[in-house]
Amino acid sequence: MTTLQHNAASGSKESGKKLPSADSQAGPVPPKRQFLQDAAAHVADIGHRSFVRSALGGYYKSRDAQKARYRDWEHARDAASLAKWSAVNRLDELLEQFAANFEGRGGKVHWAANAHDAREIILELVRQAGARAIIKSKCMTSEEIHLNAALEEEGYGVVESDLGEFIQQLRGEPPYHFVFPCMHVRREEISRLFEDNLGTAPTDSPEELTMIARRHMRRLYVEADVGITGANFLVAETGQISITENEGNARLTAALPRMHIALVGIEKVVANLDDLSILLPMLATAGAGQPMTCYNTLYGGPRQEGECDGPHEMHVVLLDNHRSAILADPEQRDSLHCIRCGACLNVCPIFKNVGGFTYGTTYQGPIGSVITPHLRGLADWNHLSGASSLCGACSDACPVRIDIHHHLLHNRRNAARTSPSRLERLGHRLFVTAATRPWLFRTAGWMARQSMGLARRLKPPLVREWLASRDLPTAPRETFRAAWQRRSRAAGARRPEKGVSSASSREST
Amino acid sequence: MSSPTPSKLSAASSRETILARIREALRVPAPPPHVIDRTLVDVPHRSDPSTADPRSGFPALQVLPADAGRPWLPDGGDTPEERLAILTDNLEKLRAEVHRCRDVAHAAETIADLARAASWQRVAWHHDALVADVVRALSCETCQVDGPSGSDKELLESCQAGITSCELLVAQTGSILVDSRRSGGRGLSILPHVHLVVARVDQVVGTLGDALALTKQRHGGQLPSMLSFITGPSRTGDIERILVLGAHGPKELHVILVG
Ligand code: SF4
Repeated sequence: MTTLQHNAASGSKESGKKLPSADSQAGPVPPKRQFLQDAAAHVADIGHRSFVRSALGGYYKSRDAQKARYRDWEHARDAASLAKWSAVNRLDELLEQFAANFEGRGGKVHWAANAHDAREIILELVRQAGARAIIKSKCMTSEEIHLNAALEEEGYGVVESDLGEFIQQLRGEPPYHFVFPCMHVRREEISRLFEDNLGTAPTDSPEELTMIARRHMRRLYVEADVGITGANFLVAETGQISITENEGNARLTAALPRMHIALVGIEKVVANLDDLSILLPMLATAGAGQPMTCYNTLYGGPRQEGECDGPHEMHVVLLDNHRSAILADPEQRDSLHCIRCGACLNVCPIFKNVGGFTYGTTYQGPIGSVITPHLRGLADWNHLSGASSLCGACSDACPVRIDIHHHLLHNRRNAARTSPSRLERLGHRLFVTAATRPWLFRTAGWMARQSMGLARRLKPPLVREWLASRDLPTAPRETFRAAWQRRSRAAGARRPEKGVSSASSREST
Repeated sequence: MSSPTPSKLSAASSRETILARIREALRVPAPPPHVIDRTLVDVPHRSDPSTADPRSGFPALQVLPADAGRPWLPDGGDTPEERLAILTDNLEKLRAEVHRCRDVAHAAETIADLARAASWQRVAWHHDALVADVVRALSCETCQVDGPSGSDKELLESCQAGITSCELLVAQTGSILVDSRRSGGRGLSILPHVHLVVARVDQVVGTLGDALALTKQRHGGQLPSMLSFITGPSRTGDIERILVLGAHGPKELHVILVG
C-alpha cells in the first residue's frame, strides 16, 4: 500500500506494449530518465504519432464549429475564468457551504487530506456496505490515489464502466489522456483484447466493439452494490455534485447500486448554479467540440422520499492531496481553476509527439506538467517544465484562461532557485562576461561561427545529444553588424546612420 | 511527500486540517485573472455592492452578475418560435429524433407506430398525465416504475424503451432536463435502449441559465436528488475518436413535442 503513493505509470513506450500495473516500477528509473527514454522512443514511432494526430483531426473541426456558435467565445472565457477565480479564492467558505448543504440533503461528506486517507475512507465505506461488486465510472482522482489497486488488494472486484477506461483496465494500462483514455489504441488491438478477455468474435467496426462492451456491462450495473464516480463540479449554493459524461455510464453507476461514492478534488467547487451554466457548455466545447456533453447530471444526496429509485446512501470524499500546496502559491493558484477539459493536451505539439504515457503522470500534457511538481515534488518532476516549446497554444486553448505556459516558466525558475545547476550558472556567467565586452563578444562570435561546421561533423559529447533531434544551421558568412554596415555604406551618400549602427553593435549576433 | 498514516481517521480532525491549510494558503491574495473585459472585474458585488473583499483587497470575489454568460454563450432565442426552431435544429444535429404532434392523441399514435415498427415487447413508463395518455395506446406489455410494487431494475433492464416526461427543454444546447422526482426516477431515462420524451412546446426555455434558475424557483430548497440534462442519445468516441451512438445509455432518443 505504501508504494502506491508516487508513481502513476512508469509508462510503456510503443503502442500496444503491455504496461506493468501502475505501481510496480516506481523505484529504479528516475522520472526524468524515464521521460527522456520514452520520449525518444515515441518520437521515433511515426506510425503512432500520425495515428494520434489523425484521431485528433475530428476534434479540431468540431471544436471550431462549436466555438463559432458562441456569440463571443473570448468574453465567455472571461466569465468562466472569473467564476473559477472567485470560487478558488474562497475555497474554505464554499467547501463548508457545500458540505453543510449536501449533508442537509441526507448525504455524507468525508475529508481526505491525502491519498492514503482517501483510500482508507473508501475502503471502510465499501466494507460497511458489504459490497460484492463495485462499478466505477471515469474518475481521474481515483487514478491519482490508485484506488483500484487498493480495492483489489482487499479482494474487491472493480469494473471500469467508461468504454475507454474499460479498455485501459483490460490492457493493464493507466489512461493515455485524461479525457480520451485509449485514444492511442487501434481498433484491431481492441478487437483482440475483447476476444481474449470476453471471448467475442473479432470485428473491425468501432460500432460493434462498443456494443460488445455495452452488452458486457449491463449485467454489472444491475448487480453492483457500490458505484464510484468522480465529479466535475461541486455546487456550494445547493449542495450538489455535477458529473459530465457522454456514455451514460455515470448515470447508471449513480442510479442502480445501493451506495454512491464520489471522490472529488477540493478545487472543484463553484459558487452557484449560474456559474455552472457558463462552465458546462464551455467544458463540452473546449474538451470535445460538443455544444454540451451528453449527460450533465446534478446529484444532491441519496434517493428522497417519493422517488422510485436511486441509492440509499451517498458519500462525497473531498480530496486535498497537495491541492492546498498549489493554493498556497498565489502565482500558480489559478492552475486550480482547471476544469480538466483536456484542450491543452489536444493542441500541444509536445503531447502529440511524445504521447501520453511519456509524462508518467496522472494528468498528462501542459496542465499536468504544471501541477505534477506540486503534487509529487519539484526536484523529481521539474523536467516536465522543459517539455514545452512555450508556444502558448495551451494557454490559448484553455477555456478558463489559465496561463499554462508561463507557469511552466515559473516552475523552471523555481527549480533553478532551489537547486541551481552549476553548469548553467557557469554558462550564464560566461555569457555576461562576453556580452558586456564588445571585443570579447566579437571574438567569441567569430570562434563560434568557425566551429559550427566542425561541431556538426565531429559531434563532440554534449553537442551530440543536442544534435540527435535537431539540425545545426549553417553559420552565416558575416555577422548582422557587418551586414548592416555594408548595407549602410551601399546606401551611400545618404546620412550616416551613426546612432543606429552604434546601437546595433551592442545587440549584434 | 507521502504523509504520516494515522491509524484511526478522525473525521473532524481531517476536516479541520484541510480547512486550516486552505485558510493559511489564502492569506496571500491572488489577483483576478487577466480578462479582456475589465468591466467584468469591476461590476459591483452581487450581494454586497461597492466593497472590495476585505481579506484580499481585490475586487469582491463574487464578481459575476446573475447569468453573466448569457450575452456570450450560444444563442437560445428571444421568442417562443425562435426557441423552438433553435431547439429542433440542435436536436437534429445531435442525432435525436424530433416528432412534432398536434395533440396528445397524435403523440400516442406516433409512439404506437414506433413501438410497432421496432416490435418492442416491453415498455417502461412512470406516472404522469401526458405519459399515461400515450402509454394507453400501446399494445405491448408496459410496466410502471413508480407503481405500488416499486422500481425493479431487473425488469427495467428487460424493457426495450422507456417513456418519460421532462421538466424543461433547453434551446441553447438542445438539452432535455429530467429529474428524479417527476420524470420517473434515475433509471428510466438511462437504462432502456430507447428513450422517448413527451413534452409540450411551452416547456422550452432559452438557455441553460434560464433552466437552472427556473428549476431552483420551482422546487425552492427542495430540489430532487437528481437533475439531469440529456443532450442527444448516449455516445462515445473512445475508439479511434469515431462517433458511436448508444454507448451505455439509450441508443435512440425520441423527443415528442406536443402543441
Ligand atoms: S488547463 Fe485549461 S485547457 Fe488544460 S485541461 Fe485544464 S481547463 Fe482544460
